[in-house]
Amino acid sequence: MNLRRDVFQAIADPTRRAILVLLATQTLTAGAIAANFGTARPTVSKHLQILTECELLAKEQMGREIHYRLNPKKMREIADFIEPFRKMWDERFNKLEDIMKASRKAEDDLGPY
Amino acid sequence: MEKKTKIDAEDGKQDLLITREFDLPLELLFRAHAEAEILQQWMGTKVLKLENKKHGGYEFETSDPAGNVVFRANGTIHDFAPNERITRTFEMENTGFPVQLEFLEFSSLSDEKSKLTMHIVYRSAEDRDNMLKLPFKQGINMAHDRLQKIAGELR
Repeated sequence: MNLRRDVFQAIADPTRRAILVLLATQTLTAGAIAANFGTARPTVSKHLQILTECELLAKEQMGREIHYRLNPKKMREIADFIEPFRKMWDERFNKLEDIMKASRKAEDDLGPY
Repeated sequence: MEKKTKIDAEDGKQDLLITREFDLPLELLFRAHAEAEILQQWMGTKVLKLENKKHGGYEFETSDPAGNVVFRANGTIHDFAPNERITRTFEMENTGFPVQLEFLEFSSLSDEKSKLTMHIVYRSAEDRDNMLKLPFKQGINMAHDRLQKIAGELR
């Protein structure tokens, strides 16, 4: 067992992604979640365990039932992790655009060849 | 600022797609990738070598203000078709990251607009994610400072 799970490992699996989609709008018990999948109940339990370990899901006691709910804060981490990389390229490309516009303007100022 | 640069990184895959539309004619967008003097201004790294041809190579190097080399990268150019595409490898030196394969495609959207698509293939999905998790923030701030300086000088 790999104990050092991270959110990216968690979302690498299609069933786990489907579980996250299912829980986007509602909280459900493990049984209700399993009913949505053709896989065996223990398999779904395993997925729920992984998602809970990496804090994408939280368990909530509701009366005698345990419901799973999405942890939006952790979900944000997934959306955020690519953002610094995107920003880096965005800055570079903005600069490229500025430089080329400036160089063209300089050429235009010299008049036609 | 508006998010002009888009990145598609599908979960569990070992590649990613960077797309950007430029307010520039195709020729100028391509020149910015083909001429070392221009490339080094917007990439924020010194270009030691840039051989724009099949089997050509390139080398980038960045030093801190004290002159210490803080970043070195190199690659081989596999395909170089002006105003169309550049296919190349990219490897950061002394980082433990394996070489990656980059497909750059340039297209014209109109007389004044063009588009760049960068398809980057990593050795594994894990390598891709580790690369994305590198602390880029510092580099971005440095790049932003340089942007203001260069743009100011050109005016």
